[in-house]
Amino acid sequence: MVKEFKRPDGRKVDEIREMKAKVGVVPNADGSAMFQFGETIAIAAVYGPKEMHPQHEQDPEKGVLRCTYNMMSFSVADRIRPGPSRRSQEISKITEWALSPVVMLENFPNTVVDVHIYILQANASTRCAGINAAAMALAHAGVPMKDLVTSVSIGKLNKTLVVDLNKDEEDWEEGEGATDIPITMTSTGEKITHIQLDGKISVKQLKESIELARKASKKIYEVQKSALKNSMEEEQ
Amino acid sequence: MRTNRLTKQRIKEFLKEGKRFDGRELDEFREIYIETGVSKKAEGSARVRLGKTEVIVGVKMNIGEPYPDSPDEGNMMVTAELTPMSSNRFESGPPRIEAIELARVIDRGIRESKVIDFKKLCIKKGEKVWTIFIDIYSINDDGNLLDAAGFGALAALKNAKIPKYDDKEEKVLYGEWTNKNIPLNFIPLSCTIHKIDNQFIVDPNKEEEDASEARITIAISGDGTIHAMQKGNSKELKIEEFNEILDLAEKNYKKLFPKIEKFLK
Repeated sequence: MVKEFKRPDGRKVDEIREMKAKVGVVPNADGSAMFQFGETIAIAAVYGPKEMHPQHEQDPEKGVLRCTYNMMSFSVADRIRPGPSRRSQEISKITEWALSPVVMLENFPNTVVDVHIYILQANASTRCAGINAAAMALAHAGVPMKDLVTSVSIGKLNKTLVVDLNKDEEDWEEGEGATDIPITMTSTGEKITHIQLDGKISVKQLKESIELARKASKKIYEVQKSALKNSMEEEQ
Repeated sequence: MRTNRLTKQRIKEFLKEGKRFDGRELDEFREIYIETGVSKKAEGSARVRLGKTEVIVGVKMNIGEPYPDSPDEGNMMVTAELTPMSSNRFESGPPRIEAIELARVIDRGIRESKVIDFKKLCIKKGEKVWTIFIDIYSINDDGNLLDAAGFGALAALKNAKIPKYDDKEEKVLYGEWTNKNIPLNFIPLSCTIHKIDNQFIVDPNKEEEDASEARITIAISGDGTIHAMQKGNSKELKIEEFNEILDLAEKNYKKLFPKIEKFLK
């Protein structure tokens, strides 16, 4: 008999931590949202479309999506120096690519849409929480979109696949250790807009991971959608 | 968007009659809301709202070497990020003068009033002391980030627990806390008074802040002792005006203190 796999926090393998979402958290912004996976909290604010500065970065054919991702210095156990790092700059770019396929900026030449993401509290999967918040903030801002995107991390702990890694799981050392696969999909789970992987995994298990992400994606989408709906009702 | 000249003129006309756009008295703060423990990896944290203005402040602690001129005292560092998230006036990149000034004014308000008992943060004289990092992030700027940040810094300090420290391994056991608070002596408050066209107001919203001709931030404690000051903006103050501001600052403390204190638990 195979012993049933126990996650450190007692979750089922396909169980996402408690999700919370809210829009309108930054009144100055054109759109804003908070998204939370358990103890991981991301805030995103959108400004634009607005004229792109510096001018040489303008695209006369379409608007440009520009994302910045930053962790607050106290969001992790060991304080990080405030300001951008190599890691945060890469995640900023990854976030841009994760969102670009659904954002329709063809009718806004020479403009930029700025998306600013801050991690208030981190317990792994911060880029996924950030992307989820950013997608909601863009929708809240009324930026034309084909779809929302949903982001989740799939992990392989030793040999078992799990959904939505927390920090303890990210640092998993037993057996084959941890493999971390953050994935972003369109809301229907048909298209992948972002995927990264660190660790080791077979092609077969990676394909299974995608299926797990598809299922998680639907649940995340529901949370995003209901927060956006609620805000519409409040405004009316 | 910057406030245009016409709006500034209207603000002045209103103030002549003792009125503000949002109906507040000249010495009346917007609603103050403070929530502590908003970021659980920090030693202490606080979210402060003044009307629509919001800041988040976090406190982290680490072990460092003391400065040669204070070998038995802990250290403190304050940084501020005026994030592009909080206003379209702020841009990404290294801190600009507004953020640097804000952090330094908050730093002096805390340091000079000796609210933190730095001597109790010494682990081994001349070698090892606690360093306190106070990091301020603006979430939404609708004026008076200065005072919001000051209240937030106090609330986060008050909320903080000192992390466990392994003396043998000489490292901080992050994520584990003692039940000790940061030793605080009393609560000073920093409050900024703005001069607009011969009138004095507190807690300006963004439009009023744009119309401000001069401002003075005063860190004052319960017994009326002033610990730090900073005059900002480009117009001068007459001596009589300055005296009036000092009296206002004392009155302000008495009104503000109960409103802030109830959140500092």
